[in-house]
Amino acid sequence: MTKTYPKASRPSLDNVSVSIEKGEFVFFIGPSGSGKSTIIKLLLHEVTPNKGRVVVNGKDVTSMRSWKRPHFRRSIGCVFQDFRLLPNRTAYENVAFALEVIGKTKAVARRVVPEVLELVGLGGKEHRYPHELSGGEQQRVAVARAFVNRPLILLADEPTGNLDPDTSIEIMRLLDRINRTGTTVVMVTHDSNIVNQMRRRVIEIESGRIVRDQARGVYG
Amino acid sequence: MRMKYVLSEVLVGLWRNVTMTLAMIITMAVSLFMLGGSGLLYQKVGDMKDLYYENVQVSIFLKTDVNEQQRIDLETKLKADPMIKEVTYVNKDEAYKRFQQMYADAPDLVNAVKPDQLPESFRLTLVNPEQYKKIYDEYKTSEGIDTIVDQSKLLDKVFGVLSGFQNGALVIAIVMAVAALLLVANTIQVAAYSKRREVAVMKLVGASNWFIQAPFVLEAVVAGLIGSILGLVALIALKVLAAGSSMAALEGLITPISWSEILLTFPLMAAVGGLVSAVTAWVTLRFYLRV
Repeated sequence: MTKTYPKASRPSLDNVSVSIEKGEFVFFIGPSGSGKSTIIKLLLHEVTPNKGRVVVNGKDVTSMRSWKRPHFRRSIGCVFQDFRLLPNRTAYENVAFALEVIGKTKAVARRVVPEVLELVGLGGKEHRYPHELSGGEQQRVAVARAFVNRPLILLADEPTGNLDPDTSIEIMRLLDRINRTGTTVVMVTHDSNIVNQMRRRVIEIESGRIVRDQARGVYG
Repeated sequence: MRMKYVLSEVLVGLWRNVTMTLAMIITMAVSLFMLGGSGLLYQKVGDMKDLYYENVQVSIFLKTDVNEQQRIDLETKLKADPMIKEVTYVNKDEAYKRFQQMYADAPDLVNAVKPDQLPESFRLTLVNPEQYKKIYDEYKTSEGIDTIVDQSKLLDKVFGVLSGFQNGALVIAIVMAVAALLLVANTIQVAAYSKRREVAVMKLVGASNWFIQAPFVLEAVVAGLIGSILGLVALIALKVLAAGSSMAALEGLITPISWSEILLTFPLMAAVGGLVSAVTAWVTLRFYLRV
């Protein structure tokens, strides 16, 4: 599959072919601008490939109509480097917001949100605002929000990029725990420390091409 | 719960940028007021045309030295004319009476004129008032005729002025509508910007497009509807003020605008206000949120 952005001199992803099985934990690594983040965007159907196909959860989403995108996204959780929390809402409200805007009732939120906040290790801090939480805690809220809907896939775009090494490892443990529930985790990173510790499948991209695909790999 | 969420977002949205909201509502109100006024005027002009042209008469004034024979010949010819529905002969005495009535508030003028000085005339009601030209051509050369006067010429002028007003109101309505449109677009952009984080999260977690757009679109629609209500209030105020002022003098000339007619304009104003706002907001969001 190939993706070229308009006005780009070379493709962001050039003839890349990857297959990720259900329940896998995969790292995409590579230098900045190598095309890692484009993978996330393709999986989210934020962009579409120029050539080839993108199949997610057994469904070909390459030519999916944009009005079908919202429903499709509900099966994918997403975590980013910058957390993307709503600053004027508490941890609880941030997670509940994600449920309510897809039509879940408040009653459902009251049942599910404390559960998932407990899972990510934020029990007791439900009513704090993002600015009252540490970076690691904010990222936990983001993970809780991504996971609360029990998605089949969790995408993480450099989730530890803004965190110190110890906190990063805690977040990784959390993602690992989520992975063990059967959720496929796809993580883009250039944190070598973490990749080396986790020993999971590593796919290295350079200038839009896959240069390495290794089970139980290291950063290189 | 979702409805409650959407509605509370609408209220928050309207309050967040209250000056802009007011500007939007006022512009919308003026535009819709002009639109409603133009619509009413259009109806009125139609009604008045029916009324006045129905009663329009062509007057044939005879020369003061006309003789009996000429007058009888002319009357026979007029009565036989298929284009003419009715012929009334007005002699000098009657003409003088009408003259006295018409200039009742200028006694000097009335006293200065003697019945003898006024011309006799025939007043014609035409089958079709627009055939005036044919009548004119046919009779202008007849013996003993001084002038032929067609009232519809005067009416044309009156209606020309009225439809000028109407077109003017319509042009103002359109210009104001464009301003209102731009304000709606701007307000929605500001609203979308101030809620960009929420929108980004909503898109991310898969909130449906309508759910993301609804608060913004409804915000614009609510403003449009408030604007149309204010426009209606302005129309009512205009009628009340007009009834008590110098406009009352025109009452006999212009058929009065009834309350029901004003109220019936409201659905039109509300529909235009609501629809224009909704479409503008929706189009703005398509460009701005790309949802």
